[in-house]
Formats: sequence, structure tokens, C-alpha cells
Amino acid sequence: MSRTATVHSLWTTAAAEPPVRIPAPHIEYAQLSPTLIVLGAALVGVLVEAFLPRRTRYHAQLLLTVVGLAAAFAAVIALAAGGFAGDKARVAAMGAVAVDGPALFLQGTILLVGLIAAFTFAERRLEPTAHGRPVDSFAAQGAAVPGGEAERKAVAAGMTTTEVFPVMLFAIGGMLVFPAANDLLTLFVALEVFSLPLYVLCALARRQRLLSQESAVKYFLLGAFSSAFLLFGVALLYGYAGTVTYSGIADVVGGTTRTLDPALASTTGNDALLLIGGAMVLVGLLFKVGAVPFHMWTPDVYQGAPTPVTGFMAAATKVAAFGALLRLLYVVLPGMRWDWRPVMWGVAIVTMLVGAIVAVTQTDVKRLLAYSSIAHAGFILAGVIATTPDGVSSVLFYLGAYSFVTLGAFAVVTLVRDAGGEATHLSKWAGLGRRSPLVAAVFAVFLLAFAGIPLTSGFAGKFAVFKAAAQGGAAPLVIVGVLSSAIAAFFYIRVIVLMFFSEPKAEGPTVSVPSPLTSTAIAVGVVVTLVLGVAPQYFLDLAGQAGTFVR
Amino acid sequence: MSFPLLTATAVVPAVGALATAAVPAARRTAAKWLALGFALATLVLSAAQLVRFDPDAAGPFQLTESHAWIKDFGVRYDLGVDGISVVLIALTALLIPFVVLAGWHDADPLEDASTRWRPTQGFFALILMVEAMVVIAFEATDVFLFYIFFEAMLIPMYFLIGGFGDRAGERGEAETAAQRSYAAVKFLLYNLVGGLIMLAAVIGLYAVTAHQLGTGTFSLTEIVQARANGSLEFATTTERALFLGFFFAFAVKAPLWPLHTWLPNAMGEATAPVAVLITAVVDKVGTFAMLRFCLQLFPEASKWATPVILVLSLISILYGALLAVGQRDIKRLIAYASISHFGFIVLGIFAMTTQGQGGATLYMVNHGISTAALMLVAGFLISRRGSRLIADYGGVQKVAPVLAGTFLVGGLATLSLPGLAPFVSEFLVLVGTFSRYPVIGVLATVGIVLAALYVLVLYQRTMTGPVAEPVRGMPDLRARELVVVAPLIVLLLVLGVYPKPVTRIVEPAVEHTMSQVHQSDPKPDVHVNDVEAAK
Repeated sequence: MSRTATVHSLWTTAAAEPPVRIPAPHIEYAQLSPTLIVLGAALVGVLVEAFLPRRTRYHAQLLLTVVGLAAAFAAVIALAAGGFAGDKARVAAMGAVAVDGPALFLQGTILLVGLIAAFTFAERRLEPTAHGRPVDSFAAQGAAVPGGEAERKAVAAGMTTTEVFPVMLFAIGGMLVFPAANDLLTLFVALEVFSLPLYVLCALARRQRLLSQESAVKYFLLGAFSSAFLLFGVALLYGYAGTVTYSGIADVVGGTTRTLDPALASTTGNDALLLIGGAMVLVGLLFKVGAVPFHMWTPDVYQGAPTPVTGFMAAATKVAAFGALLRLLYVVLPGMRWDWRPVMWGVAIVTMLVGAIVAVTQTDVKRLLAYSSIAHAGFILAGVIATTPDGVSSVLFYLGAYSFVTLGAFAVVTLVRDAGGEATHLSKWAGLGRRSPLVAAVFAVFLLAFAGIPLTSGFAGKFAVFKAAAQGGAAPLVIVGVLSSAIAAFFYIRVIVLMFFSEPKAEGPTVSVPSPLTSTAIAVGVVVTLVLGVAPQYFLDLAGQAGTFVR
Repeated sequence: MSFPLLTATAVVPAVGALATAAVPAARRTAAKWLALGFALATLVLSAAQLVRFDPDAAGPFQLTESHAWIKDFGVRYDLGVDGISVVLIALTALLIPFVVLAGWHDADPLEDASTRWRPTQGFFALILMVEAMVVIAFEATDVFLFYIFFEAMLIPMYFLIGGFGDRAGERGEAETAAQRSYAAVKFLLYNLVGGLIMLAAVIGLYAVTAHQLGTGTFSLTEIVQARANGSLEFATTTERALFLGFFFAFAVKAPLWPLHTWLPNAMGEATAPVAVLITAVVDKVGTFAMLRFCLQLFPEASKWATPVILVLSLISILYGALLAVGQRDIKRLIAYASISHFGFIVLGIFAMTTQGQGGATLYMVNHGISTAALMLVAGFLISRRGSRLIADYGGVQKVAPVLAGTFLVGGLATLSLPGLAPFVSEFLVLVGTFSRYPVIGVLATVGIVLAALYVLVLYQRTMTGPVAEPVRGMPDLRARELVVVAPLIVLLLVLGVYPKPVTRIVEPAVEHTMSQVHQSDPKPDVHVNDVEAAK
């Protein structure tokens, strides 16, 4: 910065100084270690895929994934214990990545979610064996045409797509950077790094291949569209501020800096650029969050994607995207609060209401959960809008609580099966409580948590965000929030009625007995749901300590 | 630190619920005895509360326990009982063993049930779970803690209503199941909406206390104190909005006209013991919470809303009674009678006189006992014939005289015959109301006349007259059923003649509540009496 501060115009730079030497970037490897470990494991996973014989790949990949994610989580814990979540919070990698409380909290959540999701990815006892070999819920060969000769051969050969593990690790790597990104370009790169693997994963369902591929194409097209919005917004913000770093833009917004880049002298400080650019970046993020009116992809993608992927995506993407949204609004645009708050109010209200109301008419479990995730995005937005430290920590807590409920709920969905694979149509769930009381009871616990019934994590989370919103002066949002909770409760309850009070159908689905992998995922979901519901204080403290962004 | 009696009273049934649920499918009878054992243990603990409770002690709450719980939300695990709650806990603990005994065979699985489906264990576990949650709701002196259990008790209650019903009879299995799940969903949605609106008010309360006191709190004692010493002041609009949020939830639960429509469905479809659980135990939390939270937290707003609430409760009294007269279904008749009685209770509470509130509290107890007696006997009757329609009965007293006799006593208690317990409380409520609102007091007495009508007509049609064909050969009360009914009838008689033990405990608490509401103004009932005397 000091070098450019002396510059007066484009021409004098070239004349007065020797060719600028590009400084070697200084990278704090230790502080970036969570991301590096995950991406490293992903690269090793690609090598495993290339060099190991097929029969050993599954176990090698699973081990690698679990170890990689666990090591990365340990690194997050070590960083947090080293004070990076508090007073030692800093910006690493030449201003590209923040290492602070919210980033570490969200990274830890994403890693845990990824770890649990990896278990459901690895489940091989639910699908009937194909030609004597156990298979998972992913296509035998992703590139094969559905129903074509190549697919038939791949199935006959007992092939499985073990690539899902490194692909998932890449996605997690991107998600780790997304909420920590401290400049807009890093934000964009992280967005693409985690989105592209998700598009691929969505297309890989073993059953209902066409639906799955359709969902992937929809997700990809709309996702690319939203990425374009984001990138355009980044360009406009650069034009406005002459920099892409969060703190630099914030300074220009706040009017505290006047170091103009001569090339941008005519646009710097132009509020039109700021407003349009900021709005476009927000569109990109709200798309990932699944907020109305950028939610159209959610039900189709949630329904078509393989259910373990849906669970992973619903939980982890939401965490990462809300993290990025928080950082953008709290670090870059706090000076713009009076401009973006009314807009976000509208988005939050519409999201809560549309999610809850449209969900009432759904007849498919996965679509139902998709609309419920939209409604929950609205609740979380209410906490985002609070613009207080309480707001940040309540959102962090909500994300942690919500993601485990979601994972568990989708894991249960994978268990309920009939001859055509997962039986996701709601009518088939009738009487499940009679036939498999335990599974139905567990699903009921998750539904009650979604509905925000006290003594579940959903209630603690909802109370936290609504409390923050009320204190942040958004009382009407709280009113809309409780009303849409009431609407939402209706359809959660409807599923419970169906499971427990309806007569089982003769040709109804059966509940498969999963391996310990999925059982672990579900058990973790239940335990987290109840612990966060009954004794949330420790985790609220954790989220509270993590509530300050570094600039 | 002394023995946490209040926690124990709630934990014992909760543990009992888990233990009962864990009993293997084949050991149904063991599960029943286990549930009964835990219910009786809770009764013992509740008796210990009564023994250790000192009506004359200073301070609003006794046997208090206080622990930090969720610091971030300003929530504490604060328990304490006053005279009102200790009596209501005793009522709950007293009724649950009878509910368990009366429902002994209600959840026996049909022959073809699969082995993994364990309805019996579930039924009794849910009853105990409801008991645990109701007890802790009565004990909570932290608004948030109360709210949590106020809401959470809906879930076991919902499964009790939707999952278990009378034998299908002539309506057919599918029709019955559909009606039942409709009733359960209606129950849950009404109460959930009420609860969520209250949630908004609870959050608002936190926001106000956090804003004015620095740290948000839900402690009833702290808020009351802060209001008394002026460090906490609600703006008029805020207080009214918060009051309405709380009152709405309690009025749904109580239930007050026009939010009452879930009750006849729920009580009609549920088995008789569950219906008793709804009306005699769970609904009492609503009226209790009006006394404890609405009046104490928002005294000014309570006074502001009084005229409207009095009119609503008057409508409840008359409307419930009128509809009870017109019912053809025994259980729905009792449900409408209960709506009428809840009208009296709310009337007593908001008459804002010592007699009114004392009478209302006593009414809660008496209504619990009398409705339990009437409903359980009605349940025994229905289980014999398989029909809830009044028209299907006739001449029962010739075939089953004991059953008819106990039904009559329960009915007479419901119509507040002098000498039976509800008379005292109804009289107190009417006196308390009349001293301040003479017109409403007079109109409310019409409810008593109607009560005589619906009870006596019910008795006449079912029990007297020629013996109806299906009733012929109907067995009289069995030993288990007598064990359930006899103590309730004895209690009705004893409390009817000598209500002092209850009023003695309740009165100081009522006076305390009154002093909260009338912090500045003198007792207006004195004025009214003075005016009367001057005339």
C-alpha cells in the first residue's frame, strides 16, 4: 500500500519506478491448515482412484476421508484453542482468508457435518447387492447413459463410484474457505470450488438416474447464473472501491479512506456501483442459501439428488453460505446497513412465509424437507438482520443445530424403502410408526426439532435468532416468524400423524436395517438434537465467543 | 443443601415414563403396575410437599430451588411453590393413579397386533410424561422454564389423543381413526398456535427486561421486584401486547370461548382417562398460568383487559352450558360442561377479588375431582356398550345400580349441588364476582340452572326409564373401577362439607397475588359493600 500511495498517475508510475517486483506471497500454512488438509486429502483421493485396484478403493477412500476430515477438525480445534477465535484473530494469506471466531466455528461445523455425511455416503447395506457386490446409493458409472449398454455393463461388473469421496472433499474444501473468504475474489473461487463438485454429486443417484441428472442440470444452470451475478457484482464493487478486500471496501463505504486508484478515479465512491454491485453479490449468496425468490432450484435438486448428497448439501451448503453472507453484511457493508436492511427484511419475511406455506401442499418427503429448509433459511435471516453480536452468535448456533437435524432426517429417509428404492412419497409412510416404531420415533424427533418444539435443538435455535432479532429492533420479523412457525408446524405434524395414526398399507415400504455407518449418523443427529435442546448453554457460549469478525 | 423435593416430584414420573416405555412387549401387565407404582410415588412426594408447605410463611414461594441453566437466554431453573401451585400439584398427583387404573385395559393391543408395536407401554409412559411436565409447569417460577414445559406437554398429550381411543363400535375402524387423528391434530394446532404467539411475547419480555435491567431475565420474582421498586417499567402498549400474547395461549389451553372448539373433539375421541387428563390436569395449567403469570407480570394490562375477559368468560359459561344441553354424545356433553366451568374459573380469576380468586383456585381442584369422577364413570359405561350416544342407553340404574349411583354423584357435583365440593367454589366465585360486577354475577348464575338441566336430563335418559335392549345384562362396576371411583366421591363429599384444608393453603397465595395486582389502589370490593350499606 505504501508503494502505491506515492503514485500520482499511470504515466509517472511507469517512468519513475523500476518494474514492480511481484512479492512472493506469504502464506501462513498453520492457520490455513484445516482447508489445506481437506484439499490435500482430496488430491490423495484422486490418486487413490487412479492407482489402487478397484476392490480396495472403497475402504481406502473411506479411511482417507474420515482421517482427513478428523485431522482438519483437530486443526480447527487447535487454532481455536490457540486463541485465533478470540484476540489473536487475524487475516491470513495476504488478506485473502480470515482466521477468526465465526470462520473457525463454521469450519468446525462444516467438518463435523462432512464427517457424518461421509458415513451416509459410505452406506452399502441399504441397496440390494448388484451381482453379488454391495453397492451404495451412487450410480455404477456416472458417465454412462441411463438405461444404456454402458450402464448395464458397469452394473454387471459391480462398479461403484468411489470418486464421490474425493469429490465431496473438494466440496468441503471450498466450503471451508467460503465463510472465511476475506476478499471478493477468494469468495468467488471458493464458491466455484464447492459448487462444481456438488453439481457432479447431484447427478450420481443409482436409482432414478434421469431425475438425478435433471436435478444436476437445473442446479448447474441456475448455479452458474447466480455465480455470474456474483462475479458481476464483484466487478462493480471493485469499480466502486478500487479493491476487492473486504476491509478495503468497508473503508471506502465508511468514507475513511481516500487513496484513489487513478484508473478508477471516475467510478470510486459512486454509490450506484456500490448498490448494484452489493445487491448482485447478495443475489449470489442468497441463491446458495435458498432464500426466496432465489429458491426455485431447492425442491427439484433436493428431490433428485442422491439422498446422502441432499443431506450433506442441505446442511453444509447452508452453513457455508450463511457464513459468507454474515461476513459480507457485517464486515463489508455495515456502513450500508440502512440500505440493505429493508431489502433483507423483505427477503426474510417472504422466505419464511413461502417456505412454510408451499411446504403444506407437498407430497414427497424430500420436497417437503426442501421447502422446510427454505423456511428455516428465513428464520436464520431474521438473526442475520439483527446486526448485533448476539445476532451473529445466534445464527452460528442455529446453523450448528439445524445441520445435524437435517443430516439425521435425510439419513432416516434413506432407510424407508420399497422395490423402487427409497419410498419418498408421503402416502407410503403411512403407518410407519406401527411397523418400525423406533425409526418413526427418531424421525418424529427430527420433525419436532424442525418445528421448534421446546426441549429440542430447533427450539433453542429459534429462540436465539428471534431473541436477537427482537433486540435488534426487528419485532415484526419475530411476529411473522412465529406465525410461519405455526404454519410449518402443521405439515411436520401431518407427517407424524401419517406415521403414527394411519393404518399401514399392505404393500407399504419396509425399513432397511442400516450398517453402523448410517446408524451412527442418525444417532449423532438425535443426540445433538436433544443435547442442544436441553443443555444448550455450552454451545451458546461457544457461538457467543465466536461472534466477532476480524477485519 | 436440602433434598430437592420439587425436582423429585417431577423427576419421579419422568423416570417412570422411561422405565415403563422400556418394558418388553410381552410384559404388558408389569408395565401397568410399574406405571401405577411411579404414579403413587409421585403422590407421596406431593403429599410431602403439602406437609412441608407452610401457608403462613413469608415470601411468595417456598421449597425454592434455583440453578443456572441457559445463561445466554437469561433462563434459570427456578422452582418454587405457592399455595395455589402446591394444591394443583396435589390434585395432579392424586388424579394420575386413578387415570392409570381407569385406563388399565384401554391400551391393550388387539389380537393381530405385531409384537414390536407396544401400545400399552406407550400409553402409560405418555401419561407419566404428561404428569412430569405438568408438575414442573406448576412449579416453575421462571417464565421460560414454564413455557418450555407448557409447550412440550402438547406432544405426549397429542399422542395420547391420537393414538388411543375407544373401541370402534358401530362407526367402523377407519372412521374412528380418522376422527381421532383429526381431534389430535386440532388439539395440537390450536395449542401450538397459542404457544407460538406466547413465544413472541416471551421474547418480547426478554427484550424489555434486557433493555431496562441490563441483563434479560425471566425470573418471576425478579421481574415483580423490579417492577415494585421502579427499575422496570413497561410502556402501556408494550405491557398490553405482552399480556395479550400470554393470555391468548392460556385462553386456548383453558379453554375460553371462542378458542374452545378443540376441547369437545379431543375429549370426545380420547379415551375417558385421557379426557380426564386433558380437562382435569392439563387445562388447569392454563387457568393457573393466568393467575401466576398474567396477573403478576402484567397487572396494569390485566386490569385493562378485565371487562373483555369477563364478558368472554360469561359467554363461555352460558354457551358451554347451552351446548351441553344439546349434546347427544356423553363425552362431548361433559366437554361442553367443562367449558362452562372453565368460564367460571376465569371469571373468578379476573373478578379481582379475594373470594373470586380463592374460589377460582378451589374451583380448579373441585372441577378436577368432579369431572374425573363423572368422566371416568361415563368411560366405564361406554366401554360396556361401545357407544357414546346418549340415545343408546336407558334404564342402567336397574341393571348396574352402583354405576348409576356414582354417575349421579359425579353429575350432582358437576351441577354444584350444595354439600358437594364444587358448590363451595362456585358460590365463592359468584360472590366474588357479584361484589364488583353484579350484572355479570347475576347472568353467570344462569349457568347453574342450565347445569342442572344438562346433568339431570343426561341422567334421566341414560340411567332411568325402561331398560334399553343393549343395556340388558350390563355388568356393574368391577373392583378396579370401584377403587377408582370411590375415593373421588369421598373427596367430593369431604371437600363439600369441609373445604378449609384447601382454602387455608390457598388463601395467603391469593392475597399475595391480589396485592400484586392492586399495588396502589384500595380493594374496590370494600367500596361496593360500602355503597350497598349506605343504601
